[in-house]
Amino acid sequence: MGNRFESVQAVRDGLKDVNYLADDGIASVAFLADRLGKPVLVEGPAGTGKTQLAKSIAELTGARLIRLQCYEGLDESKALYEWNYKKQLLRIQADKNSDSWSDVQDDIFSEEFLLTRPLLEAIRADDPVVLLIDEVDRVEMETEALLLEILSEYQVSIPELGTITAKQIPLVFLTSNNTRELSEALKRRCLYLHVDYPDLEREKLIVLTKVEGITEHLADQVARIVRNIRQLDLKKSPSVSETLDWARTLMLLGIEHIDAEQAKETLHILLKYQTDIAKAVKELSSDK
Amino acid sequence: MLDLMAGFVAELRSAGLPVSLTENLDAMEAIRQIPIEDRDAFKYALGATLVKNSAHWKAFETVFEVYFSLRGPEYSIKDEDSPDEFWREMQDQMRQGEGKGGGGAMDSLTQEEMMNLLMRALMNGDQAMMRAMARQAVQRFAGMEPGRPVGGTYYLYRTLRNLDLENMLDKLQDAQRETATEPLTDLEERLNKDEMESRIEKFKQEIEAEIRRKLVADRGAEAMAKTLRKPLPEDVEFMHASRDEMANLKKALYPLTRKIAARLTRKRRKGRKGPLDFRNTVRHSLAYGGVPAEPKFRSPRPSKPELMVVADISGSVAAFARFTLMLVYALQGQFSKVRSFVFIDGLDEVTEYFKSTEDIAEAIQRVNTEADVVWVDGHSDYGHAFEVFWEKYGRDVNAKTTVLLLGDARNNYHAAQSWVVKEIKKSAKSVYWLNPEPRSYWNTGDSIVGEYGNHTDGVYECRNLRQLEAFVEKLV
Repeated sequence: MGNRFESVQAVRDGLKDVNYLADDGIASVAFLADRLGKPVLVEGPAGTGKTQLAKSIAELTGARLIRLQCYEGLDESKALYEWNYKKQLLRIQADKNSDSWSDVQDDIFSEEFLLTRPLLEAIRADDPVVLLIDEVDRVEMETEALLLEILSEYQVSIPELGTITAKQIPLVFLTSNNTRELSEALKRRCLYLHVDYPDLEREKLIVLTKVEGITEHLADQVARIVRNIRQLDLKKSPSVSETLDWARTLMLLGIEHIDAEQAKETLHILLKYQTDIAKAVKELSSDK
Repeated sequence: MLDLMAGFVAELRSAGLPVSLTENLDAMEAIRQIPIEDRDAFKYALGATLVKNSAHWKAFETVFEVYFSLRGPEYSIKDEDSPDEFWREMQDQMRQGEGKGGGGAMDSLTQEEMMNLLMRALMNGDQAMMRAMARQAVQRFAGMEPGRPVGGTYYLYRTLRNLDLENMLDKLQDAQRETATEPLTDLEERLNKDEMESRIEKFKQEIEAEIRRKLVADRGAEAMAKTLRKPLPEDVEFMHASRDEMANLKKALYPLTRKIAARLTRKRRKGRKGPLDFRNTVRHSLAYGGVPAEPKFRSPRPSKPELMVVADISGSVAAFARFTLMLVYALQGQFSKVRSFVFIDGLDEVTEYFKSTEDIAEAIQRVNTEADVVWVDGHSDYGHAFEVFWEKYGRDVNAKTTVLLLGDARNNYHAAQSWVVKEIKKSAKSVYWLNPEPRSYWNTGDSIVGEYGNHTDGVYECRNLRQLEAFVEKLV
């Protein structure tokens, strides 16, 4: 199996080309994921670019992105595979009188009647793929076990067909918002990456790359104010995507230079709770 | 390398991080892929394979620094193109001096020159320069002697005292005001101040790291790791938490409540089915020609417990009471009603404080300042507090109520009045006592937790978040 990436630096530069600014941690882990052929569990607060990371890696490697959105009640017929009952039924009715029982039985449990779901699809793909299992913390503890075989062996066992092994090892990313503790078994099989809010420099760069036509001065101010707000004791700190929205709003309003008044008027884009906004307003207007 | 890794992993384990064998093997595999010169990548490679919980990252970083900081070339200062001419000159001199014990050229600077240099470094946010300065500062001020059995904090204190960073902040701000072309708005000034503060903070961290490096060189990695070992956030004891640890605990509390709430709702929803819903079954039987083929059940509606929290908020156990109150109120949705009372030797109801605001921290603040809890001398008197509780609120305790008593039961040798607890037990659904003291201290000195405990449904040791979490889950 060829390696996708040359070095950690190459990952970083590559991601930058597709407009994703990775820090050292992100780049190193992505690099290792490829070299070790292990899935990556990405954890961190909402809106820090966890999902975007998988998308960007897919774009970078020219791979197809297969996404499995997790939710409560997800089961194997939605995640792995399902037999196409209707088609099977038709098949049985079509030649009621000709075939013997065993022929039919062999026939209706063949690939033709298999509906692949995201996980199986990623395993069977001939072209390079990136598998994104989004918000894995939403599924129940028991369903998590479903993922284990795929994550460690890159294979799926179907009782009627046998084991399907991956033709090529896909890059797998799992994201979690940490609403519950994931099982040890799952964690053990993954590389762990914690994506936190970016530091000042990186956030500024992100704003500069993602918001067209923004001046360096404004980007700097935006990043500084956001950092200031994140230091407060809030219900929900502003995420990177909210920072970007805010920067875009300021651009639309034609603001070149933020003063306290303007900041206060547009705060509701950064913060979504009334108590948080009140706190931030207080913070911004107080002197020192 | 193998030995080093083995020692490293052993140290992680003794710091409380669960590192399994496979994870260890993964780490070995990972570092084969990464050149050890790339220290950051190396660190993240180890982190990604060994640390699977973001709360443990800090502990990991400390151990990593101790074990690997002395190796790898990155601490010989990098040749980055800095615009500062003076700095480049310095760097050249430094490199010459490197052979004879490092930073030779800087030694010749006077204190004043050095402070100017530091100020310029902070002003420009020049990382490499700050690192060099930290190194110089430690060498000059810390007065480190090999083999001397003092902790790193002592050296840190000495260095910082000499650097006088408080003053530096003012000076930096003045300088910035001067260089600005037009007068700065209030907001800008504030932001600048934040920026400078964070740079100074970074500089302090550099100093700390430098001291640590020196200590490691002196004492060896294993010994150093042992002295630096700190409990993980969930194991920090409420009663002995430092300010930093307290802040970390607070941060850990919010995600924790979210987790517990999610788990509990899930448990409720998944719980057993209710009794047969006769009407519904009959209605559905029409589809089968009157045969009740599909029995319908009522959805279960488990009763939510009613909670009364009675907390001692005197000095020693205040932090614990605060935390438990925070946790309970963050989980309000899980209870049908929550009432809270605080006491030292008098007792006051504080439910209102929590009702009037959404912000729990603010409510706690009000509890601390406004609640009327002192009766005579402001020393814990459980007996009197319980008496008052029974007299005033006793009739509100009913068969649905769960009563939580929080405190170390150190009664200062006052009368115990444990009959109150017995009475509460009689009318309440259940009574629990949470004690933040280690079990071995119970019933020693003036602690009479045993006497009260006899009348409760259970006394629980709640020294850290982990234990508190376990209890709350059991409660609901």
